[in-house]
Amino acid sequence: MPGKPLPDAEQLLAALIDQMRPAVGPDSGLIGIHTGGVWIAERLHQALKLKVPCATLDVSFYRDDYRKIGLHRDVKTSDIPFEVEGRHLVLVDDVLYTGRTIRAAMNELFDYGRPASIRLAALVDRGGRELPIAAQFVGAAVTLRTGQSIELKRDDEGRLSLVLNEERS
Amino acid sequence: MWLNPSNPQLNKNGELHHLLSIEGLPAEILWQILDTAKSFVGVTQREVKKVPLLRGKAVFNLFFEPSTRTRTTFEIAAKRLSADVINLAINVSSQTKGETVLDTVANLAAMQADMFIVRHGASGAPYLIARHVAPDIHVINAGDGRHSHPTQGLLDMFTIRHYKKEFSRLRVAIVGDILHSRVARSQIHALTTLGCPEIRVIGPKTLLPSYVENLGVHVYHDMRNGLKDVDVVMMLRLQNERMQGALLPSAQEFYKYYGLTDEKLALARPDAIVLHPGPMNRGVEIDSSVADGRQSVILPQVTFGIAIRMAVMSILAGK
Repeated sequence: MPGKPLPDAEQLLAALIDQMRPAVGPDSGLIGIHTGGVWIAERLHQALKLKVPCATLDVSFYRDDYRKIGLHRDVKTSDIPFEVEGRHLVLVDDVLYTGRTIRAAMNELFDYGRPASIRLAALVDRGGRELPIAAQFVGAAVTLRTGQSIELKRDDEGRLSLVLNEERS
Repeated sequence: MWLNPSNPQLNKNGELHHLLSIEGLPAEILWQILDTAKSFVGVTQREVKKVPLLRGKAVFNLFFEPSTRTRTTFEIAAKRLSADVINLAINVSSQTKGETVLDTVANLAAMQADMFIVRHGASGAPYLIARHVAPDIHVINAGDGRHSHPTQGLLDMFTIRHYKKEFSRLRVAIVGDILHSRVARSQIHALTTLGCPEIRVIGPKTLLPSYVENLGVHVYHDMRNGLKDVDVVMMLRLQNERMQGALLPSAQEFYKYYGLTDEKLALARPDAIVLHPGPMNRGVEIDSSVADGRQSVILPQVTFGIAIRMAVMSILAGK
């Protein structure tokens, strides 16, 4: 609820690891969505001891708001160092909101091949979905007002934390 | 007027609306194009080399002057962005019937064009077109007269950055017919804007523009002196038509003094790279053993050119 302190990101990460450990096989491909999702995917990858390297995805070339707001200024490179074709994949993002980023990510993934399955892991689910998309692994559900947003931060030691941003109208 | 009157390639917010020349573009925009192109290189290495950004957009390749490489790489770039591409070689159709450039463009705009890629023999032609198109149409200069060839300059910068990482310590030599070269002008402006501390131009007096020093470059007429310790050698094409008239005695003589051979390249740093915008005249401005040698990055330039053109088009069309 608004006013309530945000959950501790490191605890949410531990909860995600507990959920995923029995469900994600060692040959699964973990794909972090830039930028927060990549930080989480790297930590999950380490904890779950997966055999294939961790992948990163920047969905800028697939976003549905390109015609409204143009290309993002700081496009990162997508790097998928494994065969997508036939593999079980887990997409990892920091905050799940409208679902549009996940839609863009899935479109991009299918340009690499036909995966056996795609599941979704999110550190925080803040509701507000505009597409029929759900996460299989969630650290916590959080309720926010419109105009509020959550941002994942990483400090020099690699510790993750959540920050609440208020949009001034 | 929605465009910035002093710099018609930028809109009022300082964002890129047309790409007409590297001159006058802030470093921030050049870096944005180079960074975006880097992400597109990743796309061109995938199974499916297409992204949906320009789906439903019509890109017109408007070539008033013949070109194969530039037109093809623009076409590939537009198709990889999922645009529809229409190629027009105007020198053989309307112009011979007497239609003006602006009438040609107005007719194509009426066919719902979203972007014009313009190559023209007259310096400034893309500016003229950019001033007359509707606000939602974007113009990219693909080479105008002796003036500018911005995407070539940008792909050269991308190539240099790929191999040398930073511009701030580089010594770069541009060799050959600087006078008639729109590529050289674009390279000089790009290198200067990106912070390259030492640019040398090397060529005979007859092929160097007067007052070229005013662009901040060092002039060398002796190629051996000019190549000493450079990190990057950028060769220019010697256009055959320059052989006629008084500018040059012969191709053989040019090769002797300004052709890049292994022996001359040995004066540059051992890790120096060699660029050429193509098409090459082997045995005139460059020896085959250099063109095909280990320091040549001429073919990677072509590949990077596609990513650069994808970046420019996607930055323009997203507005």
